[in-house]
Amino acid sequence: MLHRILSNDLPRSRWLAALLIILFLGLAFAPFLFPGVKALNVAAKVLVFVALVASFTMLLGRNGAGKTTTLRTIMGLWHASQGTVVLDGEDITQKPTPDIAHSGVAYVPESMGIFSDLSVRENMLLAARGARTLDDIDTTRLEWIFGLFPAMKKFWTHPAGKLSGGQKQMLAVSRAIVEPRKLLLIDEPSKGLAPAIIQNMIEAFRQLKAAQTTILLVEQNFNFARQLGDTVAVMDDGRVVHSGSMAELAADEALQSRLLGLSLGAHQ
Amino acid sequence: MSLFKDLDWKPMALVPVLALAALPAIGSPSTWLTLTVAGLAMGMIVFIIASGLTLVFGLMDVLNFGHGVFIALGAFVATTVLASMGSYTTADSLWLNLLALLPAMLVAMAVAGALGLVFERLIIRPVYGMHLKQILITMGGMIIGEELIKVIWGPEQIPLPLPEALRGAVLMGDAAVEKYRLLAVLVGAAVFAAMVWTLNRTKVGLLIRAGVQDREMVESLGYRIRRLFVGVFVAGSALAGLGGVMWGLYQQSVIPQMGAQVNVLIFIVIIIGGLGSTLGALIGALLVGLMANYTGFLVPKVALFSNIALMVAILLWRPQGVYPVTNR
Repeated sequence: MLHRILSNDLPRSRWLAALLIILFLGLAFAPFLFPGVKALNVAAKVLVFVALVASFTMLLGRNGAGKTTTLRTIMGLWHASQGTVVLDGEDITQKPTPDIAHSGVAYVPESMGIFSDLSVRENMLLAARGARTLDDIDTTRLEWIFGLFPAMKKFWTHPAGKLSGGQKQMLAVSRAIVEPRKLLLIDEPSKGLAPAIIQNMIEAFRQLKAAQTTILLVEQNFNFARQLGDTVAVMDDGRVVHSGSMAELAADEALQSRLLGLSLGAHQ
Repeated sequence: MSLFKDLDWKPMALVPVLALAALPAIGSPSTWLTLTVAGLAMGMIVFIIASGLTLVFGLMDVLNFGHGVFIALGAFVATTVLASMGSYTTADSLWLNLLALLPAMLVAMAVAGALGLVFERLIIRPVYGMHLKQILITMGGMIIGEELIKVIWGPEQIPLPLPEALRGAVLMGDAAVEKYRLLAVLVGAAVFAAMVWTLNRTKVGLLIRAGVQDREMVESLGYRIRRLFVGVFVAGSALAGLGGVMWGLYQQSVIPQMGAQVNVLIFIVIIIGGLGSTLGALIGALLVGLMANYTGFLVPKVALFSNIALMVAILLWRPQGVYPVTNR
């Protein structure tokens, strides 16, 4: 039933035609971000990957590999010095961030970007772009979110700044899914969450995927990634060094340790 | 209203604490009442002027030292409008007087707002994100504005007499409280109420509050923060124009340099308030207004210094102002 509700919101034909191709040539890292790191400034990067419609693409890699930079570049918060970002056949490389959001991209930054002086309710109201007041928000969808993250209902009128770290993360994800979007960019949603909540989040993402949402997720937690990912891209030093199916990577431990390093053991 | 929930009440208590602390120092309750009302009136006027500036800074990190030009412009426009409505201002009827004041205020706001639009486009837009350049160029903008005012209205001080029915004082017990000061408190309270309502109850208001905390996220949610900023800048300029009219009437005269004079006060106010907080700006403005009046009466020689001392004391207590904006 839920599946029906969610997919009814979206023009289906568009989804069938939609193919997201993200292609960066020379994703030069913003020098102002890492002024000290010469290697990142100098090297010309090549990053090519494709995220398929209604699929889950995991972006893995060590710290500093360029995962967050990739998401921010797609969102238009930073601009690629070369190359193009294509969404649904449309070049969005030079588009300003709000326009990219209007093309159907939602972003959950690693910092979560919660407006802490605003209540949970007000945070959600802003995220629901089409809604002038709360009454305009699709209640079925809201109930669905409350079902996934009961804390959102419980703390509905509380200032978002008073939420715990995990609750803030739930709010950040809830904001991104309050209206149907084509593509979700999510940066490390499992960080700092209790295992039970992680399961809720996995469930939420599964239902979104079933509703034809494309999700590009940056993750350090390999277990989390393994449970959700269809395809995976592993980045190192600003390049995609491996891409393929998640199942393949999950089965091949030697490949994992070569690509992701020893730190992986700590997550398992 | 989330603004009033989980209230951090200590800064709010500062205003009555300051007022009560001044009572024994002044001695006579009637003098104290007169000074307090004068201080609150001045504070409210300063708040009207500063409220726009604090949002402009909070929203776009823009230091606009040219805010004073809108004050002066508003006041000069009001002199012209009031002069053209001579019979209304001299009539001994409160309603006729208010009928003259209201258009003067509205025209002053419209002209200051329109100048704000031009100012933002020509002067602020090229220097986004560059504080030093902002300070230099907005100062320059203010000097040019001041000179243009001299070109139009002349360099002399122009009297801005109060309308007939607002002159004089009402007696409250032994204390004489000037009528105009009561009006100023009322207008200030109305502006504050309107702002609180807008910021809490409308989507634009929510966006402004959200933008003060995290610009990037507001853009990521699909809102054009530049457009929001232009709106806030124009509204802030219009409010400065209104504040200029009120200030001119408070002083009963206007000079082209009045903007630069008030500038110092309003920067003290928004720094006390926490750079971006409306409630903080209100508290800062009331504290500055009261302090200026009390010290002006008790020890006139330190009156100029007292507001700086007040700011220093508050920053020692809360280094980011009484209501620091989070997430920044």
